Amino acid sequence: MVLERLAPETAHRGKSRVVDLAIKLANVNGTGSSSANNLLMQAFFRMGLPVSGKNLFPSNIQGLPTWYEIRVNGSGHTARVSQFDLMVAMNAQTHAQDIREVRAGGYVVWDSTWPLDQSAMRSDVSYLGMPVAQMCNEAFRSPRARTLMRNIVSCGAVVALLAIDLDIVSNLLAEKFAGKDTLRESNQHALMLGYEYARQHFDCPLPCHVHVMDGNAGAILIDGNTTAALGFLYAGATVAAWYPITPSTSLMDAFTQLCRRYRRDPETGRNSYLILQAEDELASIGIVIGASWNGARAFTSTSGPGISLMNELIGLAYYTETPVVIVDVQRAGPSTGMPTRTQQGDILTCAYASHGDTKHILLFPGDPAECFDFAVRSFDLAERFQTPVMMLSDVDIGMNDWVIPQLTWDDARVPDRGRVLGAKELEKRIEAYDRYANPDSDHVVARTLPGVDPKGAYFARGSGHNEHGGYTETPEEYLEVVDRLASKHAAAAMRVPDPQIESRGARVALVTVGSCGPAVREAIELLDAQGLPLDYMRIRAFPFSPAVQDFLDDHDTCFVVEQNRDAQLRSLLVLETAVPKDRLRSVLAYGGTPLSAGEVVDGVRAQMET
Amino acid sequence: MPSIEKPPIQHPGLRRNSLGLTIHDYEGSMSTLCAGCGHDSVTAAIVHALWEMETPPHRIAKLSGIGCSAKTTAYFARGAHGFNTAHGRMATIATGAAAANRDLLYIGISGDGDSLSIGLGHLAHLIRRNVRMVYIIENNGVYGLTKGQFSPSADVGSTTKRGDPNQVPPIDPMSLGLSLGATFLARGFSGDKRQLVPIIKAAAAHRGLALIDVISPCVTFNDHEGSTKSYLFTRHHDTTATESDFVPPAPEIVASIPVEGVVSVTMHDGSVLRVRSVPDDYDPTDREGVAEHLRRAHAAGDVVTGLLYIDESSADLHEMHDTTDQPLRDIPFSQLCPGSAVLAGFGVR
Ligand SMILES: Cc1ncc(C[n+]2csc(CCOP(=O)(O)OP(=O)(O)O)c2C)c(N)n1
Ligand code: SF4
Ligand SMILES: [Mg+2]
Repeated sequence: MVLERLAPETAHRGKSRVVDLAIKLANVNGTGSSSANNLLMQAFFRMGLPVSGKNLFPSNIQGLPTWYEIRVNGSGHTARVSQFDLMVAMNAQTHAQDIREVRAGGYVVWDSTWPLDQSAMRSDVSYLGMPVAQMCNEAFRSPRARTLMRNIVSCGAVVALLAIDLDIVSNLLAEKFAGKDTLRESNQHALMLGYEYARQHFDCPLPCHVHVMDGNAGAILIDGNTTAALGFLYAGATVAAWYPITPSTSLMDAFTQLCRRYRRDPETGRNSYLILQAEDELASIGIVIGASWNGARAFTSTSGPGISLMNELIGLAYYTETPVVIVDVQRAGPSTGMPTRTQQGDILTCAYASHGDTKHILLFPGDPAECFDFAVRSFDLAERFQTPVMMLSDVDIGMNDWVIPQLTWDDARVPDRGRVLGAKELEKRIEAYDRYANPDSDHVVARTLPGVDPKGAYFARGSGHNEHGGYTETPEEYLEVVDRLASKHAAAAMRVPDPQIESRGARVALVTVGSCGPAVREAIELLDAQGLPLDYMRIRAFPFSPAVQDFLDDHDTCFVVEQNRDAQLRSLLVLETAVPKDRLRSVLAYGGTPLSAGEVVDGVRAQMET
Repeated sequence: MPSIEKPPIQHPGLRRNSLGLTIHDYEGSMSTLCAGCGHDSVTAAIVHALWEMETPPHRIAKLSGIGCSAKTTAYFARGAHGFNTAHGRMATIATGAAAANRDLLYIGISGDGDSLSIGLGHLAHLIRRNVRMVYIIENNGVYGLTKGQFSPSADVGSTTKRGDPNQVPPIDPMSLGLSLGATFLARGFSGDKRQLVPIIKAAAAHRGLALIDVISPCVTFNDHEGSTKSYLFTRHHDTTATESDFVPPAPEIVASIPVEGVVSVTMHDGSVLRVRSVPDDYDPTDREGVAEHLRRAHAAGDVVTGLLYIDESSADLHEMHDTTDQPLRDIPFSQLCPGSAVLAGFGVR
């Protein structure tokens, strides 16, 4: 049937007045294309259209190909698609590949300063040639401007072709270059060059154009690394340590900027934060452990290779019951892998990070809004349970702009600092303080902080210890502590975020995690239209809350959709719930690009039909 | 240090410091190290120095890595929090602890394997960051806890118990410190408590990282003939560069009489460190000169002890980062969270 040949998500396009448009801009890294990409993204957003932008960039500073994909969808489906209505093909190196990705009946804008490689020609797409380089050479004098402005000229053509509101774009330029009139003028000039050229030479607007909508009321456009940094600022983190690694660097950059702005006393110039660029990730996690042991809220952000290095000390934090917060912005592994490409390949390594019996609390944000929320909650959980909490984001959530509801904060909110005995409680204490005795119903024992009161002193150690904190090699004493740690982890299931569930009473369901959410929800709509109703669950934390088990129990088959080769979430569900293994099937996509609904639909259908 | 349990009753005649604490109050649990281990003598010197300094025990935080040496933290200041971390990583955890609360006295105890092998990178960066703490390397030339393998401080030609010679050049923490911008460097010998106690006291008053390399023989694996970290070898080759006298902050101003050959350094807390050079021309504030002196002594097979280098003028970690005087961990949440109005301004709209 037709659905199987066409990329499924394009098959329903153009059938209604609902805007559904995908464009891709192919460029060369380091030529300043990102400002033009953002301009288009923000213009769609301001027109009230649900939109997403996926930046597919190389691990390179200059010269390699880079792409930016924008999806505009009136129904709110903003997952990535694999076929495009409009390709702005400005990189001759990748013409052939780029033109292959245009849907039948779609359009290619190309720079006609140079001839087009005939082998790239297709009869089922339209070619819109515009001499971009030549226009820039005539209009601008400096070599730098001649290169940079090409992006804005082609952006102008896209504005005309897609009927994007020109005033909105001009206003965005005015805001961006406020106070820098020359720059604003040259950008506006370049924009109009492309705009006018397109109006004179092409049939504008194209049939697949956009119109104003009211889809973004109360929404903002933001990436997950920025919102996570905001979350840590709002959670009251004062110490952070990190070692530069893509794609987590922008998180600590954002945190640093925020601290400079909101944590520096304007009068004294003194800082209520300390951010250390450590010598490696072993040091990052060590610094966080030391600061947390001493009562500060401290975190580190990293990616897979950093998690590998942190393994030994994650075990130390777990066994000494020291709260720590770690963000893993996942990228494609193993080893250096594809540093700028997305994946969900660290689920298992994080769940059981370190040697011996260790289990951790994991949080899986699904978008930048949850990055903020979970960043705040990660500290409450880490301190409540005195244990490492890892937040697993990824390249797609962390570095791409998403439309999310405006972030809000309840000023009455107070952090949960967990059970800590303060000076007052210690002073009047008669009995000796035992670090690991007398747990509460969550199996947590109150801790004490250095420097507060002599009665609170204890000796934290990564070696075998009994409930007094003393060294032990006695089986019973050792077991008492490690068994309580297992109970503590299990108790956390009641306090972590519940899964997001959308149920219509179907017998079959899609289960997913993190950034896969939008593609999976779109796939459910597409499959429903094909007569296959499905329920939906997005897991948001480990240990799994009871709602996860209930959902699995309620379905005959669950397809677990995730972005790694080895079905890590499925494995974790098999290990940590009572679900029979054969009731869980896998749909896997792990090539490094954000998930599309088409991949999910294909994956499900392939298994339903066999 | 006690290696047999002491009766709980304290001798009524035992002297008390101004906090009313006796020297026993600065001790810890019973040592489980080998009888005669140099590390226990270092513990005794630390206990003595802390008692004399009159530091409230709970205002001390003790940190260590892993090794026989690392166990030492359990044997002093039982009223202090301790953290026996992981092999080679103590420097990182101490850095984080110091970041969170700038007001405690941090004492880190490490071994030559812990600091110069697995943890060398962290030690280097601890020195560069000038984290305010006392960092003692109990240096015995071997890995004691793993039964006597050479450590990176073993000298060329020094032999194992079985007679195998070490062939790779040693890492000297003092020369390393000089090259990395360390601001306080001292070397002691576990067998010379008289010299070590004032060094520890000065280290505790120092404005940044105070690195003390203590030759601390391992009687079980490295105290034989042929070892250059044995009691006998150290006694025979110890050459003193300086003798130190530590004067705590005085309530009244005392006129200080300049003495020839004595360098007086006013420490961060107002105390005074008087360093008398033993070779007349030794200057503990001349980085290049000290480096040269150490090079020559090493070539001659000498172990130079004393306060080797001091710089009381460089900024420490907190000063470099302009952090508040109030410890970060004590700042109330209301001052840290910018609130709802600010949050509403984020994101493109
Ligand atoms: C990651 C790791 N590797 C190896 C060890 C084993 N180990 C324990 S102590 C030690 C060497 C200790 O030597 P040193 O620091 O010189 O201390 P000493 O025992 O001599 O006082 C080693 C290799 C460990 N605990 N952790
Ligand atoms: S093995 Fe050596 S270092 Fe370890 S306790 Fe015995 S004497 Fe001391
Ligand atoms: Mg040693």
